Amino acid sequence: MTDIVKAFITGGIICVIAQLLTDYTGITPARIMVLFVVTGVVLGILGIYPAIVEFGGAGATIPLTGFGNTLAKGVIKAVNETGLAGVLTGGVKAASAGISSAITFGYIMAIVSKPKLK
Amino acid sequence: MSKKITPHEYRHLVEKTMPSSRVLRNVLAAFVTGGLICAVAQVFFMGLKSMGVDEETAFMLTTVIMIFLGAVLTGLNIYDKIGKFGGAGASIPVTGFSNSIVSPAMEYKREGYVMGVGAKMFLIAGPVLVYGIFASVVAGLIYYVWTQVM
Repeated sequence: MTDIVKAFITGGIICVIAQLLTDYTGITPARIMVLFVVTGVVLGILGIYPAIVEFGGAGATIPLTGFGNTLAKGVIKAVNETGLAGVLTGGVKAASAGISSAITFGYIMAIVSKPKLK
Repeated sequence: MSKKITPHEYRHLVEKTMPSSRVLRNVLAAFVTGGLICAVAQVFFMGLKSMGVDEETAFMLTTVIMIFLGAVLTGLNIYDKIGKFGGAGASIPVTGFSNSIVSPAMEYKREGYVMGVGAKMFLIAGPVLVYGIFASVVAGLIYYVWTQVM
């Protein structure tokens, strides 16, 4: 139960930071999403984000910063295993399940569903 | 107590309090929406772990499940409503990433399956992937150099 509460709080706070940026700076949601993924990569490579995941669980991995962290984690692992080649393979390899499922489910849903009439 | 205020003063008062209360509403909605989505994901994660799935795979599968749910809810025109209420609380979780793929793909279906669905899917997801992957390569390069020097 406490893990669910921790996930709620962690995910909630990350979203609040994004909402405050939207309200006070007027940055478009698309740019916020880009900013959060890149921030996740930076915090991941610095070893800060894994500590947030340790605390928040899915509350840290589900926001886009978590996607960035996955990319960073993957690239570190691949560099440790294969050296320089890992720089190019690690990120996408670690994020491959997310990317492939987003494309697959996204494509199928786009095909089968009708856009709301405006 | 019942101090009378002029319409002008009233309007001034409204203008002064309105924006901050709107921000407060947005922040609360983002917290609750983002928090709830992550809490649901945490339940899936804990379920997977109790089935004996290792932690890394469980996180990965949880992300896949949430992407699936985001795509289905977008297809049913429900996620747009969640987004209208929750703002960043709906767009920052991976369900929002999924929504950003399905939503334009549905809308541009009339432009065909290649340049409509195929291309417009990545209207927002494209930049996210470009900058995310590019950042990971740069970070990896820095990490590689660091491991060689140290």
